Amino acid sequence: MNWLLDLTPDEWNAVRLSIKVATVAMLASLPPGILIALLLARGQFWGKTLLNGLVHLPLILPPVVTGYLLLLTFGKRGPAGAFLAEHFGIVFSFRWTGAALACGVMGFPLMVRAIRLSIEAVDRKMEAAAGTLGANPYWVFATITLPLMLPGLIAGAILSFAKAMGEFGATITFVSNIPNETQTLPSAIYTFTQVPGGDEGALRLTLISIVISMAALVASEVLARRVGRRMDIE
Amino acid sequence: MTVLVDISHRVGDFAIDVRFESAGRLTALFGPSGSGKTTLIDMIAGLIRPDKGRIEVDGRVLIDTGAGIFVPKHRRRIGMVFQDARLFPHMSVASNLRYGRWFTRATERYAEMDAVVELLGIGPLLDRRPAKLSGGEKQRVAIGRALLASPRLLLMDEPLASLDEARKAEILPYIERLRDETKIPIVYVSHSVAEVARLASDVVTLAQGHVIASGPTEAVMQRLDLLPAEERGEGGAVLDTKVLHHDAVFGMTVLGSAAGEIRVPRLAMNTGARVRVRIRARDVMIATEKPTGLSALNILPGTIVAISPGEGATVEVGIDCNGAAVLARITEQSRQGLKLRLGGKVFAVVKTVSFDRANTGVGLPAEADG
Repeated sequence: MNWLLDLTPDEWNAVRLSIKVATVAMLASLPPGILIALLLARGQFWGKTLLNGLVHLPLILPPVVTGYLLLLTFGKRGPAGAFLAEHFGIVFSFRWTGAALACGVMGFPLMVRAIRLSIEAVDRKMEAAAGTLGANPYWVFATITLPLMLPGLIAGAILSFAKAMGEFGATITFVSNIPNETQTLPSAIYTFTQVPGGDEGALRLTLISIVISMAALVASEVLARRVGRRMDIE
Repeated sequence: MTVLVDISHRVGDFAIDVRFESAGRLTALFGPSGSGKTTLIDMIAGLIRPDKGRIEVDGRVLIDTGAGIFVPKHRRRIGMVFQDARLFPHMSVASNLRYGRWFTRATERYAEMDAVVELLGIGPLLDRRPAKLSGGEKQRVAIGRALLASPRLLLMDEPLASLDEARKAEILPYIERLRDETKIPIVYVSHSVAEVARLASDVVTLAQGHVIASGPTEAVMQRLDLLPAEERGEGGAVLDTKVLHHDAVFGMTVLGSAAGEIRVPRLAMNTGARVRVRIRARDVMIATEKPTGLSALNILPGTIVAISPGEGATVEVGIDCNGAAVLARITEQSRQGLKLRLGGKVFAVVKTVSFDRANTGVGLPAEADG
């Protein structure tokens, strides 16, 4: 069992980096994810189908294409990338933040789908009742809609996290495979498989990857069940 | 306190065109399903925006499409009790009750938690989750939640419709207390004659989106022709009476009314308490001479003031019993056999056992009391 935890510093870094990247990608996706899910679930506007298609693009495009598009847009000379670097000092290219961006974008459709379903399941009559009790639309959202859609929110967040843990194609295309900066677990495993005698390291990281993903899944189940029990909707 | 509604609205093929004004303590919006009652109450609450019209509560304009006024529901301070309770499933009973309080300014708050909990008897439920409550308990909590937002007007949308008879009987006394012990005017939607006759001070009868009658309950309930077909047998006179004394030997209560003494099955009320009784028209017999050798205990002398054709072979006979209006439904054959005509002196005969639980309730306080 010991050989499993006996990781080299570079391997540890890959594990830590992966968790960091996945967590940041998930947290940063949540606010826009909720907003877009709300728009798609409740909004009546021109271009709704287009927005829905855009959100789902990362799911249907080859990851390499998504990564390349990110490179064109958020790279050093890309329009968004140059703007953000100049005005806010945020640089994505060949940084771990870029890996988080790539992972967040790739997991975004999964997150939005889960949240949208949970919003559509919220009983709008409850919101109307809250309104008659004096709550304005923002309070209604915060005290009724958000708590009632919590199970779907958790599911969406975990899906996004899991996707980020496994994301490879877009990340490596956008920010390359730099140890300690952009080398996440999948990239590290890939690197091991490319060198002679790297099988043991690849297997170690593979097992760790499985453990982390399973832990996230179990955590989400426990959390969702606790929330569900608290609500007890007949 | 007045509620003024004057709106026209169209939903698909269904047109609602309603105007009424009521200053009653509890105004019933009464009519068969599909008559537009719920749409109307949703408009008062601000859940539906009418195509055209005006709604005022106590002089405050909530909607005036002509002037472009539409007060959103959260600023109306109108409490609503829904048929399906709509308690928030993710909050305890106590949190549900407190919800509306957050959004009410301290200066406008008049409802007190302890008083409301006591009024509705929901103290033991406070720590529970809505899913663990019975249908009747849910409705009581829903009423309490609406009250604690300190509303200026309370709307109740068929709050008893989804409950069985036992649960209805459990809640009715609480609604009577609400009507008599708080100052909040109530608009109550119902399709049940029994509920309306028992609770309402005023009735607005709707059919197919139009008002077909409105006025004090006693008057409107006499118009059997305006009742929904399936409820017609339930219509009749509504009398406000007082408990004179109890007859311990026979287990009866003697009520005093303008029409004379009325004997009903024993009521658990104190002497002097107000009791409202409903005498169904089909339960009333007519005699031209004071009957003897008859088991019925209530024999009320009066004068025939109206005879109108009823359903099928029946006629409806209105009898003025010393100022109290009693309605009888008899066959045309009986009318001709007894030679009944306007102005004739007759006796209205009612069996004591026809006053069942559903037909007796707490009477409204006289206006001077409130």
